[in-house]
Amino acid sequence: MKLQMASRLALFAILELAGDQERQRSAGEIADAYGVSLNHLAKVLRDLSRAGLVEAVRGVGGGYRFSGNSKRTTLLDVILLFENVDGHAKEGTNGVKASATEAALSLILKEIDDTVRATLQSITIDTAVKLTHRLSAPKK
Amino acid sequence: MNVNQSTIQIRTATANDLGAVTMLDGKITGLDKPDYWRDLIRRFGGRKQDRYFLIAETGTDLLGFIMGEVRAWEFGSPPCGWIFAVNVEPDQRLGGVGTALFDALCKRFRDGGVTTVRTMLARDDTLIMSFFRSQGMMAGPYIELEAAL
Repeated sequence: MKLQMASRLALFAILELAGDQERQRSAGEIADAYGVSLNHLAKVLRDLSRAGLVEAVRGVGGGYRFSGNSKRTTLLDVILLFENVDGHAKEGTNGVKASATEAALSLILKEIDDTVRATLQSITIDTAVKLTHRLSAPKK
Repeated sequence: MNVNQSTIQIRTATANDLGAVTMLDGKITGLDKPDYWRDLIRRFGGRKQDRYFLIAETGTDLLGFIMGEVRAWEFGSPPCGWIFAVNVEPDQRLGGVGTALFDALCKRFRDGGVTTVRTMLARDDTLIMSFFRSQGMMAGPYIELEAAL
């Protein structure tokens, strides 16, 4: 599965901010850390702010901080702010009457869509942060 | 209201737990299944090695339960621990009861010599899938397939 850039930037930002909820980080810091466009990230952060997942803190040392519930918010909640993940099964042949082949293909793609949705819906921000920490910990 | 995690006690289920287990399951599923749970407590409540039915409680209050077994060579898999059921009192969720049960069962699995724990659940059961993922579980190398008969 390939996420759109806005979804990827949103997940980068959310996981970065939720990983250390005491600390505020500027859009520039996050953009540098992930090597992404500051302009694009700033727009994504505004969308996340409107959704109540991040909060802009003004003043010296200001930046963004995570303001959602990391144990209740899932990866799917974040991604759905930017794109639909159920696209494949609905792809048709534009005007051609649905055939058995098309129905079979749609059924197969729906299986993939369902699995993707179930996976993204079952991983909370808290779980993803824990996985990030586990992967960044030195191997024993 | 969550309990203090240090007061959570884990022990093997006995026949005396049948009422509380049935009631908790009924509260969650809406189904009253005393015969089903009586049979499982009898078979998994410590009578046979590698089968576990564990209760979490504080004082005399049942907080939740978990059930599992070490199984070998099904689907070609070397011995591994399977979790068949976990239930936590709705008022006690996100308070560490499920984690305490999961950890206790995994310890028994490890003590039994296995290094993998596995479970299977409905794809749309987001709550329980989120719980297992929060314990570090991820998709394994098997895919469940089925067909209408």
